Amino acid sequence: MSSWLLRRLIQAGFVVLAMTVIVFAGLHLAGNPVDILVSPDADAAERARIAAVFGLDRPLWRQYLLFLERAVQGDLGRSFIYNQPALSLVVERLPATLELSVLALLLAVGFGISLGLLAGLRPHAPVSRLIMAGSVVGLSLPTFWVGLMLVVAFSVRLGWLPSSGRGATVPLLGVEWSFLTLDGLRHLALPAVNLALFKVALILRLTRAGVREVVHLDYVRFARARGLAPSRVIGVHILRAILIPIVTVIGLEFCSTIAFSMVTESIFAWPGIGRLMIESIQVLDRPVIVAYLVAVVLLFVTVNLLADILYRLLDPRVGLADAAPGAVR
Amino acid sequence: MTAITETTSQTPGATVWRDFAASGVALGSLAVFALLVAAALLAPWIAPQNPFDLTQLDVLDGRLPPGSPGGAVRVYWLGTDDQGRDMLSAMLYGLRLSLLVGVGSALVAGSVGTLVGLTAAQAGGRIDSGLMRVADLQLSFPSILIALMVIAFLGRGIANVLLALILVEWAYYARAARSAALVELKSEYVEAARCLVLPPHRILLRHVLPNCLPSLVVIATTQVARAIALEATLSFLGLGVSVTEPSLGLLIANGRSYVLSGETWISLYPGVALLILMAAINLAGDQLRDALNPRLGP
Repeated sequence: MSSWLLRRLIQAGFVVLAMTVIVFAGLHLAGNPVDILVSPDADAAERARIAAVFGLDRPLWRQYLLFLERAVQGDLGRSFIYNQPALSLVVERLPATLELSVLALLLAVGFGISLGLLAGLRPHAPVSRLIMAGSVVGLSLPTFWVGLMLVVAFSVRLGWLPSSGRGATVPLLGVEWSFLTLDGLRHLALPAVNLALFKVALILRLTRAGVREVVHLDYVRFARARGLAPSRVIGVHILRAILIPIVTVIGLEFCSTIAFSMVTESIFAWPGIGRLMIESIQVLDRPVIVAYLVAVVLLFVTVNLLADILYRLLDPRVGLADAAPGAVR
Repeated sequence: MTAITETTSQTPGATVWRDFAASGVALGSLAVFALLVAAALLAPWIAPQNPFDLTQLDVLDGRLPPGSPGGAVRVYWLGTDDQGRDMLSAMLYGLRLSLLVGVGSALVAGSVGTLVGLTAAQAGGRIDSGLMRVADLQLSFPSILIALMVIAFLGRGIANVLLALILVEWAYYARAARSAALVELKSEYVEAARCLVLPPHRILLRHVLPNCLPSLVVIATTQVARAIALEATLSFLGLGVSVTEPSLGLLIANGRSYVLSGETWISLYPGVALLILMAAINLAGDQLRDALNPRLGP
């Protein structure tokens, strides 16, 4: 295990390094890096000074090492728009995105697994057919359009739920959270449902496929033959077997939820990192774009690593010597 | 594609079709998809107006609800947008763009990915593991993040959107082509071809590739749907195609500011069109996967 873990850690390090190379290369593809680091209305002297400070007169590989050195120190430049360090801007917005993504994922897992169990255990019942038809619609629905329609239905027509912002927040561990207040939860409801919808369909189908596979296996039939209560057979025997692939997928889906939350955030004016990223791209606030990418890549690599470790702990059949890369999707 | 079906005899194709047609839902979906493609292709002839020709638009007809009679077009069946553009016409033209982006990116990404996958399977060793590492690295990041990186660094516009979609998609084809090719390369007909000292590229392209096609076609159906959705999402966020030639996603974005005042049709109908298109592809693709499945593998 430890040698596998070490190899996996080195691999994760390489992924982060590769992504910094790509981001760095992207910066240079995007045009003169001086334009990226200096505000557009700076004069020639200021530009030359910045170029010298950032070492932009040096060869490219030296520049990359400098970029890396500064990145390690948490310095990714200042935002032109907010005039504050880009990285701290991203870190400030991160809790809003995290609480939205975690809630959406909880909804997706809860509804996905229970609906999937229902559809898998009684595959020919009308309700199961309805669930499966619904899952196709769920996979086909464009998330951003559903978000708009949710606003139309629940905010404009019915007036039940607010359509934008985070609502009231309370501090916990020095960070402001919405999910601890009733008003905050009311603001969270629509974005979280919007973000969860696609994942519900995905996890539902995965669960159903797993149940259909496991339900005919000998150990499940034997458990039934022993006269165990159906709830115990489902809750212990079936669920345990299907949870293993689902846990891995959830790790990856968490990353994709955070990335896709930018769509939901921009519809519901949710002040998270995704909305910050979209706004930064629209006004070409490049330091913030780089800071977002670096932060998100670090987060994703960590989550992938944790999911990999958890997978190996849950499923003893997976050979520990086999160091296949953690990518599934 | 047609040449390949001819060389692999008619029977497998006929059985796949029979299995596919066994599902009424799948047949219906295919019909809907064909209808949408036809409508998109024929848009210049069947659309009530050319939504890009400013002389045909009447600003006084702006934001009319569905079914209103109008000046430029006799009846605006699906209403008009803020510039007085007939929504039905705009949607037909938008559909064209969405399909072009979806199918175009799938074709390029499919060719590139398949070539990479076949090369990896044939070469093995370091080349194989190197190429697959790159594919895995790419697959471990969400598609929208990769697309966003391309747009953030290269700017918006249809060419960059296509590039982003190709970058997102190729790895799926590469993975599928490699695993299918690895199975085929061990089979007897490939050994026979090798005994005839056929050049490796000929064995790969003429003997192995046709047998990898079923799994690649299945990947292609899901990827076309994903590409269309991703393009619509990018356009909705204002990071996609240009404003002058709206895709379905951009039409939805245009209606966004009127949603709050209750003028929902501008966003509603393009979204319904997108939903129908995606559901048709997904349902037909599902059945196609089931129909092709027994023939996958050795």
